[in-house]
Amino acid sequence: MTTQLGGSASRALPATDPGRGSEPAHRKERSVSAFGLAVKIVLLGLLVSFSVWAAFPLIAGEHWVGLGILVAATALLLYAYLTPRHIPAKYLLPGTVFLVIFQLFPVLYTASTAFTNFGDGHRGSKQDAVVAIQTASVTQVPGSTEYALSIATTGDPATGPIVFLITDPASKKVSVGDGFGLKELPAGDVTVTSSGKVTAARGYTVLNVGQASARSKEITEFVVPTAGGAIRSTGLSRAYEGKAGRVYDAATDSIRDTTSGKVWKADESLGAFVASDGEKLAQGWKVNVGFANFTRALTDDSISGPFLGTLVWNFVFAICSTGFTFLLGMFIAVALHSSRVRFRNLYRILLVLPYAMPSFAMLLVWRDMFNTDFGLINNLLGIHTNWFGGAMTARIAVILVQLWLGYPYMFLVCTGALQAIPGELVDATKVDGASPWKGFRAVTLPLLMIALTPLLISSFAFNFNNFNAIWLTTEGAPFPADNLTNGATDLLITYTYRLAFGASGAQYGFAAAISIFIFLIVAVVSTISFRRTRHQEEVYS
Amino acid sequence: MRIRTAGVIAASMLCLAGVAACGDSKDNDTKGGSAPSAAAAGGELVIWADDKRSAALKPFAEKFGKENGVTVKVQAISKDQQTTFLTASQQGSGPDVMVGAHDWIGNLVQNGAIDPVQLTAEQKSGIAENAIKAVTFNGQTYGVPYATENLGLIRNTDLAPAAPATIEDLVTAGKKLKAEKKVSEILCLQVGQNGDAYHSYPLYTSAGGYLFGTTANGDYDPKDLGVGKPESVAAFKKLAALGEKGDGALKRSISDQNSIATFTGKKCAYLVSGPWAVTDVKKANIKYDITAVPGFAGGKPATPFLGVQTFYVAAKGKNKALAQEFVTNYVTTPDLAVALYNAEPRPPALTAALDQVKGADADLEKWVAAGKNAVPLPAIPAMAAIWDPFGKAESAVIGGADPEKTITAAGKTISSQIK
Repeated sequence: MTTQLGGSASRALPATDPGRGSEPAHRKERSVSAFGLAVKIVLLGLLVSFSVWAAFPLIAGEHWVGLGILVAATALLLYAYLTPRHIPAKYLLPGTVFLVIFQLFPVLYTASTAFTNFGDGHRGSKQDAVVAIQTASVTQVPGSTEYALSIATTGDPATGPIVFLITDPASKKVSVGDGFGLKELPAGDVTVTSSGKVTAARGYTVLNVGQASARSKEITEFVVPTAGGAIRSTGLSRAYEGKAGRVYDAATDSIRDTTSGKVWKADESLGAFVASDGEKLAQGWKVNVGFANFTRALTDDSISGPFLGTLVWNFVFAICSTGFTFLLGMFIAVALHSSRVRFRNLYRILLVLPYAMPSFAMLLVWRDMFNTDFGLINNLLGIHTNWFGGAMTARIAVILVQLWLGYPYMFLVCTGALQAIPGELVDATKVDGASPWKGFRAVTLPLLMIALTPLLISSFAFNFNNFNAIWLTTEGAPFPADNLTNGATDLLITYTYRLAFGASGAQYGFAAAISIFIFLIVAVVSTISFRRTRHQEEVYS
Repeated sequence: MRIRTAGVIAASMLCLAGVAACGDSKDNDTKGGSAPSAAAAGGELVIWADDKRSAALKPFAEKFGKENGVTVKVQAISKDQQTTFLTASQQGSGPDVMVGAHDWIGNLVQNGAIDPVQLTAEQKSGIAENAIKAVTFNGQTYGVPYATENLGLIRNTDLAPAAPATIEDLVTAGKKLKAEKKVSEILCLQVGQNGDAYHSYPLYTSAGGYLFGTTANGDYDPKDLGVGKPESVAAFKKLAALGEKGDGALKRSISDQNSIATFTGKKCAYLVSGPWAVTDVKKANIKYDITAVPGFAGGKPATPFLGVQTFYVAAKGKNKALAQEFVTNYVTTPDLAVALYNAEPRPPALTAALDQVKGADADLEKWVAAGKNAVPLPAIPAMAAIWDPFGKAESAVIGGADPEKTITAAGKTISSQIK
């Protein structure tokens, strides 16, 4: 197999590289090419096997659209790599596939979730909700007997029809229950243990626990109808006479309570069963709610009211976090750039240390250092400030923490960019008689900015959504006494998180809608900044 | 070129065939191997619990598996157990049995994630009455409790030999110790920057506040919200008097992170905490005693929350019959409860198990006594709306904010979230 392939590969070689005749070089080319071919075969083989593996659950779940996409994508990939044409596509496709899977799909999924009421109480389908309501309403018929249960069959243990052999604990009488009802068995036909379990019965094969649990689903769904309700299993060794308190009526699409007669009608716009008095059953289902989540974010006073203030603080936080870290990082980088400084490398290593520490742990350490009574900062300075207690001090504290965490990164990139600036340019300013400050302003800084502006924009975008920086330190505190949902240091993302997961359980649909708003804000800011960068580059180049 | 393409296709197909063959052979293996032995045919039971409990459960799960010829897998879920369970259930990859706190019930039921269990009258009578009450929701029993926990007052007996009868006594004694420079804090009760509704609840109830009223059958009634009512304002005024602008017994600087450590560092003589704190206290070699959290003089009794650790039968499990068998007939045996007690010392809910271990551990009965007044944590979904605003209001009031304004705002926030 390999020799044949190697042969075909080597045959192409002389044509592509006729100039190189020496034998060792030829052999090297050939082996690389054969290796490349082997990699290609393995990768494509893996691709096809992955597709086949992914196809089975799709077929089983009857997801025909998904299957179609899978087949089309596989065919496209095979076509691109098995034909010699479309060279650019060969380079673009892997990136595109990963872009679709890891970027586009989550974004589309978030966007589609934003139009639903997906969240606690509305997670599954209507069918799931109906099953849950009925199952939850099954209660033991008052005063009925609790039976010992053995599971048996008239046929093969793995496939035969299931029957319940139930023993009345008082009389030790054994009855057999099937889908039609109960029938007493003559005492001579059965062997019963002292606990009431039937171990053998004439005409029936008693299943052991292993055999029975293999048919768990059938057993759980199996009921023996009786006058008062139905005999159901509790596990594999007990049975009780239960009665469903609430039943679903498909004709009227409603749930009816069998004792009180109360009716809850399905409301497809809410995804819940609602009674005429407005009472909703807790178990609902997922429905499309259109723009309701978006309008709620805009019109609900408790949400839209503090939105503007939070947005302003969010900008201040992102700009200060990025700006101060940049200024400090650049200042140190420039100071250490001078060759007159001794132990430069030692300083650089020490300065990078905060960057090397996991920010997760550092944020928690900083939170404790700001503690009023036990914190290092107050103890060191001999003051008694409740840092996270006041709006202003809390904001200063979180920005200080960001400064400490972020400046080593800016220091690193500035050092790198400074080293890339030709020394002659700086020397030229000295020759021209410019002061060091002027030289820095006119030559070094603009050249630095070209390299660093894209990094500053990405740093801004990151800090704009810097969830950990707030959640692990203040959690948004302090909260004004009259508004407990929106704190002074809350960013939009922490505020959203609390709205979606904090208060009344998970509201994924609503959270998705808010994250789309945040996405729009960050996208607009980034687009404007990048456009300005382009102008800047044009000016300086 | 054409030969090359054909070669690649042929080789890819061969690879595929190889992978497919592998898959097949594996399938054949399991099928072939399992048909005669009942063990593998019995399918499997998957149990999810947190790290500590899953370690304790493992030997028992294996024993259950061996006795019954089934495979039992115990998987540790270390974080966000409830959300993980809900999401996994929804996708059909959840467990058959879930172990967790009883106050999840409301949310798990509204998401159709757990099934009720049917316990016999005899089984029910073997379990502590308030534990059974805690797992009863809408008239159904939704799980089998195995351990209970509640807050108590842990006291450093070297510093404070006598148990305070009231909060006022505690504050007086604490202030005296502080003046003598023996301690730096009057009381270690965690508040933190964002408050802590669970730990402040005993004081809140003693001062006359309530969270939810009860319906005729004893369930919590989400329509009758106590937060924001005049009683709650009065209660918060009493909390404010203990706060930073008052006695200084309640402080925002004492949080979940440092409250136990401050007590074990002998910087305060009193700690309000639960059985989980005892391990640390013992490690610090502190002589201690456990009593009920004291109430205000002339006030109502201080009622802590009762939390009940529970085994649930997952509604979307693949092996429900076996899960019910395990939960209703196996978890109700004392052996398992004792093993779980050894993993973490919380009072077993099973009376037989409690009797078995209380001789060796004098603390257990003290915890049970401290929880005599305890009320089960409300399991209704509306409770989720309480925690955050209530805690923040508490923290603001302790920091000196106006109780009336704060608690009214909290009540409004909560009621707007309960629909």
